[in-house]
Amino acid sequence: MSVLPRADELGLLGCHVCGQVCRAPGAGEGDAVPACPRCGSVLHRRKPAVYTRTWALLIAAFLMYVPANVLPIMRTASLGDIDDNTIISGVVELWVKGSPGLAVIVFCASIVVPMLKFLALGTLLVTCRRGSNWARRQRAQLYRLVELIGYWSMLDVFVVALLTALVRFGFFSLVEPLPGVVFFGLTVVLTMFASMCFDPRLIWDGKEDSDD
Amino acid sequence: MDASPSDVAGPDAATHGLLICEHCDTVHRRGPLAHGEMAECARCGAVLERCRGMRADTMLALIVTALVVFAQATLWPIVTLGLNGQYVAATLWDVIHMMWLDHSQVVAVLAAATLYVFPLAKILTLGWLLIYARSGRRAPGFRRLMVALHHFGPWTMSEVFVLGALVSIVKAHLYFDVLPDPGIYAYAVLMLLITVFAGIDLTRLWDETCDEDAEVTP
Repeated sequence: MSVLPRADELGLLGCHVCGQVCRAPGAGEGDAVPACPRCGSVLHRRKPAVYTRTWALLIAAFLMYVPANVLPIMRTASLGDIDDNTIISGVVELWVKGSPGLAVIVFCASIVVPMLKFLALGTLLVTCRRGSNWARRQRAQLYRLVELIGYWSMLDVFVVALLTALVRFGFFSLVEPLPGVVFFGLTVVLTMFASMCFDPRLIWDGKEDSDD
Repeated sequence: MDASPSDVAGPDAATHGLLICEHCDTVHRRGPLAHGEMAECARCGAVLERCRGMRADTMLALIVTALVVFAQATLWPIVTLGLNGQYVAATLWDVIHMMWLDHSQVVAVLAAATLYVFPLAKILTLGWLLIYARSGRRAPGFRRLMVALHHFGPWTMSEVFVLGALVSIVKAHLYFDVLPDPGIYAYAVLMLLITVFAGIDLTRLWDETCDEDAEVTP
């Protein structure tokens, strides 16, 4: 197959909002930020300050993720009997009390997906910074996977919200949200911003060794 | 590339028919696509473009359905719990309101945005654009709305909420009587519609409509 040209080498810019193919302003044409002629969005050769922004958001998300797991996310009180649930204890309860299938789904959404996001984005940031050409296609797929499944982590937040609204039987039974759920919600939002700040085109920058 | 300086980014003959992969910056020549086909990037494997097997009329009909179902899903109670003859039902609004009162304002705002504001904005925006796109025209505000649609796209989470409702029902079922309410069925239909729309490449609206009402570039 012939060599695949990249927009950068041809002096072109792709608008990532509307997909329009635009000519990049040449050197010495002023510092004006180019805008897409079709949709008016700002055009970037690569997204600005990728490493700084993505690392910052990722670290912030991780700092939120620790209390999200350590602190309880939900309190159930029935007949004076108080029980605080963390994310993990919620999964275990679901597993033990008869719905292993759903427990696996919740486990994936609340534990596996956030961890995968931290590891995947961290790996991508480190390897791209080095200009590594290791497993480029797989890393590109990994990024798309992170983008695709990232927001499903909100699952536990919605479960707590719905149970809080439903279980309101006064003294007999009551569910209250606890601070863990707020931290968890923030983790999800911050990791989503982090993956949006990353630019997958960086995976393909750096020198290209034949057919890797 | 010796384009004149003023021609910083104009669509011209040279760039026409090209397609740049947003994931790896590879330039492709655009080929014709049949209904339901999609083009994949040869370098990174990302989807370049997708040809929906659906006309604007059909999409508009689905969007109107989605609007009706969305209204039902948000206004009607989702489930009712029963304990010792006491019953509590909750609508989406109750969910948001209770989180606000229970010291979890952050969660209340998140839920309101991702389950109410953004999905509704998405449905209304698409409906508005499609009314005009049926005849190949661009709706007033087309440009700004398409850009907005691109930005709030990732923040609609109704489908996650449906799964959340399922998990809540299973959990609540251990201790309470659970009675499904119409809202949960409306959500189920909404989830189907979301799945249908997830497969549609909306950026094609840029190519399929033209600028006849002179929405002049400033």
